[in-house]
Amino acid sequence: MCAKPVKNDPKQEVGTTGHVWDGIEELNNPLPRWWVWVFYLCILYAIGYTIAYPAWPLLTGATPGVLGASTRADVAAEIKQFDDANAPTKAALVAADLPAIGDDAALNDYALKAGKAVFNTNCVQCHGREGGGNKAGGYPTLSDNDWLWGGDIATIHATITHGVRNTVDPEARNVGVYMPAWSETATGPLAEAASAQFTAEEIGQVVNYVLKISGQTADEAKATAGTVLYTENCAACHGEDGKGNRDLGSPNLTDAIWLYGGDAATLTATLVNGRAGVMPAWGYNDTGIAARMTEDEIRAVALYVHSLGGGE
Amino acid sequence: MAFLDKHKAIERNASLLLVLSFLVVTIGGLVQIVPLFYLQNTIETVEGMRPYTPLELEGRQIYIREGCYVCHSQMIRPMRDEVERYGHYSLAAESMYDHPFQWGSKRTGPDLARVGGKYSDAWHVDHLTNPQAVVPESVMPKYGFLKETALEPTYITDLMAANRLVGVPYTDEAMTNAAADFKTQADPAADATGLAERYGRVTVSNFDGQVQLTEMDALIAYLQVLGTMVDFSTFTPDASR
Repeated sequence: MCAKPVKNDPKQEVGTTGHVWDGIEELNNPLPRWWVWVFYLCILYAIGYTIAYPAWPLLTGATPGVLGASTRADVAAEIKQFDDANAPTKAALVAADLPAIGDDAALNDYALKAGKAVFNTNCVQCHGREGGGNKAGGYPTLSDNDWLWGGDIATIHATITHGVRNTVDPEARNVGVYMPAWSETATGPLAEAASAQFTAEEIGQVVNYVLKISGQTADEAKATAGTVLYTENCAACHGEDGKGNRDLGSPNLTDAIWLYGGDAATLTATLVNGRAGVMPAWGYNDTGIAARMTEDEIRAVALYVHSLGGGE
Repeated sequence: MAFLDKHKAIERNASLLLVLSFLVVTIGGLVQIVPLFYLQNTIETVEGMRPYTPLELEGRQIYIREGCYVCHSQMIRPMRDEVERYGHYSLAAESMYDHPFQWGSKRTGPDLARVGGKYSDAWHVDHLTNPQAVVPESVMPKYGFLKETALEPTYITDLMAANRLVGVPYTDEAMTNAAADFKTQADPAADATGLAERYGRVTVSNFDGQVQLTEMDALIAYLQVLGTMVDFSTFTPDASR
């Protein structure tokens, strides 16, 4: 038992609130003054805030607040500020003659930097970093000098604007034109439209012919047998000499650069199942979708792609 | 003060305390929530919005089932950097047929609010099958099994009925033709005029590149429509919102 008397007993100093629970009494300690004042100030601040900013719901709208705060107006103003700052440069870019843009060093510098940003936002997912391409998906390499449609700035610009074989832009390249599936064993999206021209044996012959003209090891007998098949069926697009045709976007088969891969297995898959790569239209604006890129962005990214190494 | 002396009655009577607490929370809730249902600037409508087609709706179910929302948001905030990267900031009305909405709050991957049309269908197949094959630095898991899982419109009418119950305006005609529309959208060879009449602008495509209709078809159909319904070249934002 501790019977020691308590010195400065707070109960004596401040009294109790009169609340007693099982013999435990509650001291009447008021809140600190500073706390009470902060509390009152917070209430005043809240009232001021509802006057300054949108707050009180009325019949059809809320009070707008005297400061006229608006998230939408803020972001619109911020975007406008940068747009205005860039407007002269963008206008110059849109008006510029693209092949001659190298003469204007400042504009060229702007376009390449802007183009890189646009590329890294929109194009890198398929064409890879710095346009390195991706054979697994048949996404063309943009940093070499082998082009399906042509590598001058105007052609690159047109390809970006309208895309390839997409369903939205009627001006897209190669709508309805593609590498058909040549075997009845075809699977995949082009299987239903397979022309079933070749037997498995003939596929092997054509593959060996393509291996031969691309300078790889081929079975001579099969390659010779494949020559006629190639001339009758493939030359219309890929050319008698296999050098492709830029009007049709048909690849050159004689170089060592491949869209999907140049080994026998990949060539067989290409012949059996066909190929029809698609690229979205980036500058198309008709079906109720705003174009993803503006003209200045397309021009910038075309210049950037042109600068990657293979521009013509 | 006499009023404050009544405290004792509340503090000593648990039932009364409960009733009064509930009353306070109710009033607070009503004042904060109810205006959102009638204030003009919170119920903005926007031209171009249409309900999801059956295939897109099913794709949305797969999106939710696979937990895509855990890493991908679907809301572009009104900030310049986001608008520059993803496109026009999202409007509340663009989620008007989403039950529940997929705004999300975590971006391990990029925002998907406007991913529709940004990539080809084949890219989506490649990417969902093996994300690292096209985006080497990606940490996204592989979803190639969606391509193996055949999909039938068995429950699509029920799903649409549930959506209709919470306010999505599917017509009776759309309900009757749900199963047919479901298959038509993934078959470029089919006659899609009825589908277009019922829903407006619809992308018909063999999304996954296979003859068979799979979950991959549905998911890509959904991804390809995200953020494409509203034409922002003709949209004028009301700054008061």
